[in-house]
This record gives sequence, structure tokens and C-alpha cells, in this order.
Amino acid sequence: MNRSTIDLWVGIFVTIGIGAVIFLALKVGNLNSVSSSPGYRLQADFENIGGLKLRAPVKAAGVTVGRVEAIKLDSKTYQALVTMKVDNGYQFTADTIASILTSGLLGEVYVGLDVGGDTKMLADGGRIGKTQSAVVLEKLIGQFMFSKAAEGTK
Amino acid sequence: MTSAAFLGLAHVLRRLGAGTLAFITRLGFATRFALAVIRNSPAAVRRIHLTLRELYFAGVLSLIIILVSGLFVGMVLALQGYDVLIRYGADESLGILVALSLVRELGPVVAGLLFASRAGSAITAEIGLMKATEQLSAMEMMAVDPMARVVAPRFWGGLIAMPLLAALFSTLGIFGAYLVGVKLIGIDAGAFWGNMQAGVDFRFDVLNGIIKSFVFGTAVSVIAVFEGYVAKPTAEGVSSATTKTVVVSSLTILALDFVLTVFMFRGLGV
Repeated sequence: MNRSTIDLWVGIFVTIGIGAVIFLALKVGNLNSVSSSPGYRLQADFENIGGLKLRAPVKAAGVTVGRVEAIKLDSKTYQALVTMKVDNGYQFTADTIASILTSGLLGEVYVGLDVGGDTKMLADGGRIGKTQSAVVLEKLIGQFMFSKAAEGTK
Repeated sequence: MTSAAFLGLAHVLRRLGAGTLAFITRLGFATRFALAVIRNSPAAVRRIHLTLRELYFAGVLSLIIILVSGLFVGMVLALQGYDVLIRYGADESLGILVALSLVRELGPVVAGLLFASRAGSAITAEIGLMKATEQLSAMEMMAVDPMARVVAPRFWGGLIAMPLLAALFSTLGIFGAYLVGVKLIGIDAGAFWGNMQAGVDFRFDVLNGIIKSFVFGTAVSVIAVFEGYVAKPTAEGVSSATTKTVVVSSLTILALDFVLTVFMFRGLGV
């Protein structure tokens, strides 16, 4: 086989190979998503984070606006300190409520932001004051059983 | 203990010791050989047409088997994944299931195994046969270094071809899953791609997969050229060297995959 035919085939091979990498990066991996774009950080304390994981989405009105960046236990208050990275394009009011929610019964756990009516906006490193913890199913069932038992004794 | 049993035991121990020593010596020689290949790599760049020719043999000729396997692996993953996911009503997660399995594991590993048996064995057989027909000695007589003329281009051809083949394997697999999941079963196309994009991270998943395929490509290429170069110059020697390439590279790929996975996906909280 002569040299130019080989060159042509190798060229085709390398082109579609690089095309596959670009496909994986953009269409599958979504390189230009919120996770890799510049953003600012918000913090929130929760009593209980349930099954929240790193890189879980932060959503406002169901739209993903950021990702959970760090989860730590505050050694003084014994509350979970969640750091979120929010896309620069979105601003939230100072009285925003952060809650830990689950999409569906078995779906992923995410942080939901409910915007209030304040005129001041949260800046980089700002702390969300009002939070709502994750609903722990076992606790809920426990409470339900206790209340049922209490009804029974009346 | 009778003396016969003692002698038998001593024989077993001696065989074990000799085997271990031979293995370690071979490993040391292989390392020295790999360094020599890297030292001779500028020759592969200088005579780029030789490397391109090897890229053709290792990459372009492996395309058919890689593409077809990728397509079928993706389609089977989609069928099996759907069967399990629908029990939990989570059939929309099919996209992310298929994409993560392909990009993280199956793409690099299965493409590596196919590459070892398709291209690695061919490289070994070619170099081994060159040695058996004394072409390598003839080159040395003409003051042409076979390391630079024969070994280095094959090594680099394999090294470059492997990541591209793995990426193509994953892409075709995802396309196959799309065909089965969306076109055949009828999952919503938006949910299929949307879940995939939300769950697959470029750096953690895609880039780590590419790094894996690079490592596997290096390992397979080194093993293939090494086994060919040290093959006994007989018909039997070449055939056993070819077999060894496939067995050793497959085991190396699986072992390296475990080690790399431990390093890459440990601290993710998953």
C-alpha cells in the first residue's frame, strides 16, 4: 500500500478519534456546564443533611444553579456546614431558605433554594440563615408509630 | 521423612526459586528494554512515515472490531440496564448508567483487551518473525538500529492508537444504547441525554477514562514489542510469544485497571 493511502487512512482515523473525544467531552460529559464555570460560594448550616453528597446539584425552582462543593461538621454547633458553588449569573436574596430535598422516592438528593423578598443579595461567602433539614424517613416512621401508639392508649 | 521425599521437596523448592529468579530477571530486562524504546523514540518522530504506517496497522485496521464491539456492548448494556432500572421506575437513568460504565470502565478495558488481541499479537508476530528470519540481525549488519527502525515506531503507533480507539468504543457504545433505549424501547430522548450530562463529569469521568486508556495503550505496546523482540527465533517461539502477548497484556490491563480505579474514584463520596 503506498504512502499517501496510508496517510489518508491514518488522517481519517485520528480525526474521528478526536471527534469521539470531543463528543464525550461536550455531549456526554457536558464540559460547559455549571460545575466547571466560575461561580461564587454560599454556605448554609443544616441540622441533618441526610444523604447529600459532594457535587449534588443546587436548584432554584427546579433549575440547577450550582453544585455542593464541601460538606463539613461544625465542631462547635454540631451542625453540618455545606458549601455550595453557585453560577455567577444567578443572585439570591439574603433571606433565601435552603432545604435538602429528594427528587422522587429514590431519586438524587439536592439542595433547593427558595427565594424570599429581601432587597439585599447574598455575596460571595455569604451564609444562608434559614435552612430546612433533610427528612429522614426512619425518624418520620418512628414519629408516626409513636403517635399511633399514643392514640391507642387514649 | 524419607530421603526420596526430601529430595522431591528440594527439587520443587529449587524449581520455584529458579522460576522466581527467571521472572524477576525478565521483568528487569523488560524495564531496561522499555527505557531503550523511549531513548530511541526520537527516531520514531524523525521518520514519521514509519510511525504513521504502524498507526495504520494498529489503529485503522482495528477500527472495525472496536466499532462493532462498542455498538453491541452499548446495546446490551441498554437492554440489561433497562430491565433492572424499570423495576424501580428509574428507566430515565439509563443514559447515565450506560455512559458512566462505558466512559469509566468498559471503554478503556474492553477496547484494551481487543487491542491486545488484535494489534498487540500482530506486532509480536511481526517482530518475532523478523527475528526468526534474521532480518533484525541483517539490519544491525547494515548499521541500522532495529530498536529505532522497527521497535520504536510500533510502540508509538500502538500508544497513539489506543486512546483514540477507546474513545471511539465509548462513543459507539453510547450511540448503541441510544438506539436501543430511545429508538427501540422509547425512553424520552431529553431525559436520556439530560441525565447523562448531569451525571457525567468531564474531569472525573471522561478525563480519567482517557488517562486509563493511555496507560493501557502504553502497557500493551511495551509488552507486544518486548515479547516479539525476545521471542525464540523459531516457528514455535513466535507462536508462544504471540500467545504470551495476549495473556500478559490482558492480565496487566485488568490489574492496572484495579489500581487506577482505586486511585481515581476513591475520594468521590460515591
